Amino acid sequence: MKTRWSVGWEWLMAQRWLLPVLVAVGFVLAFAIEYDLFNNEYVRGVAMSVGIPEYTLEYTLFNKYVQLVMMYVGINIILTVSLNLVNGYMGEFSLAHAGFMAVGAYTAALLTQKVLPVAAYPGLFPLAVLAGGLMAAALGLIVAVPSFKVRGDYLAIITLAFLMIVKSVIENIDTIGGPRGIPGIKKLTTLPWVFFWVVVSVWVVRNFVYSKYGRGVLSIREDEIASDLMSVNTRRVKFLAFMVSSFFAGIAGALFAHLLQFISPRVFDIIKTTDVLIMVYLGGIASIGGSILGATVYTVLLELLRPSTVAAMLAWLPAVALDPLNEYFIRHLGVWRMVIMPLLLVLVMLYWPRGIMGLREFRWFIPRRDLEAHHRQHAHGGSHGAAHGH
Amino acid sequence: MSEGIVYWLQQTLNALQLGSIYALIALGYTMVYGILTMINFAHGDVFMIGAFFCFLAAVFLGLPFAPTLLLAMVGAALLGVTIERLAYKPLRHAPRVSAIITALGVGIFLENFTLALAPYPKNIPPLLEHVTWNLGGVSLSSLQVIIILLSLGLMFLLDYVVHRTPVGMAMRAISWDKTFVPLMGVPLDLIISVTFAIGAGLAGAAGTMYALAYPVIDPYMGIMVGWKAFISAVVGGIGNIRGAMIGAFILGGVEIMVTAFFPSTYRDFVAFTLLMLLILVRPYGILGKPRTQKV
Repeated sequence: MKTRWSVGWEWLMAQRWLLPVLVAVGFVLAFAIEYDLFNNEYVRGVAMSVGIPEYTLEYTLFNKYVQLVMMYVGINIILTVSLNLVNGYMGEFSLAHAGFMAVGAYTAALLTQKVLPVAAYPGLFPLAVLAGGLMAAALGLIVAVPSFKVRGDYLAIITLAFLMIVKSVIENIDTIGGPRGIPGIKKLTTLPWVFFWVVVSVWVVRNFVYSKYGRGVLSIREDEIASDLMSVNTRRVKFLAFMVSSFFAGIAGALFAHLLQFISPRVFDIIKTTDVLIMVYLGGIASIGGSILGATVYTVLLELLRPSTVAAMLAWLPAVALDPLNEYFIRHLGVWRMVIMPLLLVLVMLYWPRGIMGLREFRWFIPRRDLEAHHRQHAHGGSHGAAHGH
Repeated sequence: MSEGIVYWLQQTLNALQLGSIYALIALGYTMVYGILTMINFAHGDVFMIGAFFCFLAAVFLGLPFAPTLLLAMVGAALLGVTIERLAYKPLRHAPRVSAIITALGVGIFLENFTLALAPYPKNIPPLLEHVTWNLGGVSLSSLQVIIILLSLGLMFLLDYVVHRTPVGMAMRAISWDKTFVPLMGVPLDLIISVTFAIGAGLAGAAGTMYALAYPVIDPYMGIMVGWKAFISAVVGGIGNIRGAMIGAFILGGVEIMVTAFFPSTYRDFVAFTLLMLLILVRPYGILGKPRTQKV
C-alpha cells in the first residue's frame, strides 16, 4: 500500500547524496556547538524571528548538559555498531565489549597522563585514542582464537571470563591505581572528535560488512560448516571481525575515559556490557541504522527520565502547577527511572522481538550494486534478500 | 592433626557451603536451558528476591527458620512462574536473543524495583541458634551443616523428581522434542511452568541460605552470584542437572582455595582463567555431550 508517507520516504531514501551532506553538516554543527558559535545575538534573532522561544536554545544548543548527552550518544553509537558486528552480523553472543572498552580507556588515559605531553600539545590526543583502539584490537585477536573451536553459549562464557579477567588484572596492578582507578583524567573528548569517530566507525563497519569478508561474516552466522566448505576462510574472517569490533570498543573506551575524567575497574563491569547488548538488540541485529537508532533512543530516553530533565521540560507550566509536580518528580523519578527503562525494554522485545530494525537497513547504507540486485530479483519475482528494505 | 590438614579441611568445608549455594542456583539455569534452550539471565535476581522474602518473613512476620525458608521458596517460585508467563512465553517462537535480552531486562527491573522499595542494605536476624562444634581443630557451625545438608537434600530430591517421576519424565521428554511430545498428551505449558517453579524455588532456598550465611543483603547481590552460578552450569555441561551440581562445587572449591592460598584479589582472575581453559579443553562442559553437527 503506497501512502503519501511511504512515497515521501522512498524519495528521501533515493537521495543518496544526502548522506555525505548530512555528515558535513554534522561536522560543522559539532564544531559550532563545541565552540559555542551559536551563542550570539544573530542566532538569537533568527530563532526569535522563526518563533523559537529563547529558553529552547538555552535548554538545547548552549546547554553543557545537552552537549554531554550528545557525546554519550556518540560513544554509545560507536560501541553499539561495533558490538553489532560480532553479535548481530556474525551471530555470536560476545559479552567482552566492556573489557575491550576498559583496555582502550586505560591505555589512552595512561598515555595522556604519564607519557604524552597533551597539556602542551592537545593535538596528541587522537594518538592516545588510536593507541587505545589498537591495544583493544590486539586483545580482540586473542579472544578470536577460542571462537575457532567454541560456539554459542560456551563462547559467551569465554568472553565473559575474558571480561572478568581484564577487570581482575586491572584491579591487581597497583601502579595503574588498582581498584581505586585513575582520577583526574583531562577532559579532552570534544563533540567534533566524538562525531569524527562515530563517522569512522560507521563507515568502516559498513564497508567491512558489505566487503568480501563481510559476506563471510554473514555466512558464518547462517552456517559455519557450509561457509567453510564454500571456501570462506572462517578463521581470517573471525580474526578480522573481532579485531574491528574490539578496536572501536577501545576507541569508545578512550573517548569515554576523557569525557568522564575518571575510570576504575568498576566502571567496566558486566553491567556496562549489558547496556551495550540492550542497545544492540533494541536497535536490531545486523543493522547499522538500527544500532544508531538503538543507541540514540536508549541513551536519550534514560536521560529524559532524569528528574532535572523532566523538570526542565515542564518549565513552561505555570508555577502553581509546577512546584508540586517538580517536587514529586525530583523525589521519585530518580529511583523509578531505572525501573521504567527495563520495563520499556521488555515491552519492546515482546511486541517487536527483532528490535527496531532487525535485519533491515537504511537504504543509504546499502551499496548501490546490492540495491540493484535486489530490484532485479524482485522484477523476476525472486525471493527476498536477507538484509534489505525499509 | 597437623596444622596444614586442619586448615585444608576447614577450607573444604567453606567450599562445600559456597558450592551448595551455587549449585542450587545453577540448577535453575540448567533446567530452564535444558527445556527451552534459553539462558534465563533474570535467575540471579530471583535468588536476590528469595533473600528479600527471607528478610520479610523473618523481620516483619517474625517467623522461625523453617516457615521462612518455605515462604521464600514459594514466593520465588511464584515469581519465576509469573516471569515465564508474562515475559518469556510470548517469545517462545521469537529469535533466541530476544528472549535473552528480555531476561536481562527482567533482571534489571527486579534489581531496581527492589532498590526503589528498599534503598539501603538489610540485615538478616540470626534465625538459627548458633552452635559451633570443634572436631580436632576444625570448627563446624550448625549453620554450615544445615546449609550443606539441606542443599544436598534438595538436590537429591530434584534428581529423584527429574529421573523417577512422571513430571520429571515429561520434562526430559520436552527437552528432547517440543513438537511431538505435546502431541502425545504432555501439557507443554504446564511442564514449562513447573520447571520454572522448581528452578525459582531452589533459587529462593539458596537466597535464604545465602542471607543466613552472609547476613547483609542488597538488591544487587544477585548479579555476581547469578553469573557465577551460570558459569557453574556451563562448566558442568549446561542442560545437565548432575553436571550443574558438579560444576558448582568445582567453582566454589576453586574460589575458596584461591582465597585461602593467594591474596583474595586474585580470586576472580584464577577462577575465570581456569574456567576459560576448561571450556577450551572441553567446550561442552564436564558432563555435557558434544552436539554432533550434521552437514
